[in-house]
Amino acid sequence: MKKYINTGNKDTRSGFGAGLSHLGAINPKVVALCADLTGSVKMDAFAKAHPERFFQCGIAEANMMGMAAGLAIGGYIPFAGTFANFAAGRVYDQIRQVVCYSETNVKIAASHAGITLGEDGATHQILEDIGLMRMLPNMVVINPCDYNQTKAATIAAAAWQGPVYLRFGRPGVPNFTPEDQVLEIGKALHLNEGSDVTVIATGHLVWEAIQAAEILATEGISVDLIDIHTIKPLDGETVISSAVKTGRVVCAEEHLMAGGLGEAVAGLLAREHPVPMRFVAVNDRFGQSGKPAQLLSAYGLDAAHIVAAVKEISGA
Amino acid sequence: MNDIHTYQKIASQVRRDILRMVTGAGSGHPGGSMSSADILTALYFKELNVAPESWNRAGTGHDMFFLSIGHVSPLFYSVLARRGFFPVSELGTFRVYGSRLQGHPSIEAGLPGVHQASGSLGQGLSVAIGAALSKRLAGDKSRVFVLIGDGESQEGQIWEAAAAAVHHKVDNLIAMTDWNHQQIDGTTEEVQSLGDLTLKWNAFGWECIVANGHDFNSIFEAFGRADSLLGGGRPVMILFETEMGHGVDFMAGTCEWHGKSPSKEQCERGLAQLEETLGDY
Repeated sequence: MKKYINTGNKDTRSGFGAGLSHLGAINPKVVALCADLTGSVKMDAFAKAHPERFFQCGIAEANMMGMAAGLAIGGYIPFAGTFANFAAGRVYDQIRQVVCYSETNVKIAASHAGITLGEDGATHQILEDIGLMRMLPNMVVINPCDYNQTKAATIAAAAWQGPVYLRFGRPGVPNFTPEDQVLEIGKALHLNEGSDVTVIATGHLVWEAIQAAEILATEGISVDLIDIHTIKPLDGETVISSAVKTGRVVCAEEHLMAGGLGEAVAGLLAREHPVPMRFVAVNDRFGQSGKPAQLLSAYGLDAAHIVAAVKEISGA
Repeated sequence: MNDIHTYQKIASQVRRDILRMVTGAGSGHPGGSMSSADILTALYFKELNVAPESWNRAGTGHDMFFLSIGHVSPLFYSVLARRGFFPVSELGTFRVYGSRLQGHPSIEAGLPGVHQASGSLGQGLSVAIGAALSKRLAGDKSRVFVLIGDGESQEGQIWEAAAAAVHHKVDNLIAMTDWNHQQIDGTTEEVQSLGDLTLKWNAFGWECIVANGHDFNSIFEAFGRADSLLGGGRPVMILFETEMGHGVDFMAGTCEWHGKSPSKEQCERGLAQLEETLGDY
């Protein structure tokens, strides 16, 4: 099992903030909008450095999406940021009509996604957003796994022509991918070459999957480990070739089973190369208040649950 | 073209186009198309600084128009075609499979003159604000226009946008309301009363002008006054008093024709009331 070093816990939202600040300095076309969560979404450095290119929209997300679309029509590259719950669920029709159907170059910066938002509880813990956004024609869905990857994803999103949903989170999580990496949208990362079981993870659960693969390696189970930051477009080549090699696949995500990465992979494999699968995801329920690690465990999303899923599908 | 009679003639042909398009398609929205017809005729044939040859979706160097009430697409398409954005003959493809003239305006369909898809109500004002901000950032002195409906103003997003435009001092934007007092289920008063829109827009901090949306003198005067207010730190709203279905006696002043196509006989009755001035498509 290849070794991954945590260089220190950092929140992925700060990776977004660093990426946005970088973009602000090098690209005068990049603008930002926020719905009264500038500090939480880490847009404050951009707002301070480029006040003329930052638009505070207040608690009015629907209007923010429209303004972002208008700025995009005018040739700018807007990043519209708020909590994922409001960035996806609350303004679905706006995203559908003025972003995706209108083919505007809007980047939706969705912070505090998933159950690891923690103490605020279910009203704010969206577990459906990957599904909602993945269904929209023209939308790209990216869910990076750590600080460095989120910074790289932000920079890649700006270079992509078209709508992007960029999903990241609140808590500090291990930062282990290379600093100043270049992220290629739609290209999965092979974190470990293995032969027994494929584990495909996204977002915060990539680190959990690494922990799980290390445990499994000590027990003689070799995991082919894939970090899939881009859920749409899905890297079919990497997914299929791994499934062909191992013959069994476990998907892990901080999202509902319905509509997420697991269903995307299952849909692909059902068409191209059906194999047994297991899904580490939340099964048809809302979240609740708690500490991020506590919730990952309680909702069956941590390394221990990935280990259990791998063993189950392996008959180990 | 300064003779009011010239615009009346164009508007008559536009209304004929609307009737024939909706009848031909067997569906569509004639009522609001008729009530906004004089406003858009005045806008596209005089006020709006844009030529079909130089039009670009980003609006660089020319005035932009956003149609928030996408269901009045027959009007929008007729005005664009008559203004030379695409062949008038294409109006006959309205709502037909494979047409660029989708039921509601689309970007995907690639029709020149359309900056943004619309149809789901309440969103166009926000987009127009964004476009106006893009012009400010780019140092482009041209203007942004947007047409919303009074029924549409029941949408909360309209008022989010109303506050945002004032907050961001969007003073290169002229919004217009087709105040025809009708919507699908009845009068706006019956369905969910809007109160006095003049008071509302003024209270939100907009420059507010009221004009007669069927009198070209009044429309042009309103445009002139709106233009003179630009650059003053506030957005401008022109409330155009109109009549749904205006121009055809049996359609006028009722919500009945909001989203219904006439029969062939009804269409003929309507056409008999509208002079053919530029040649039917």
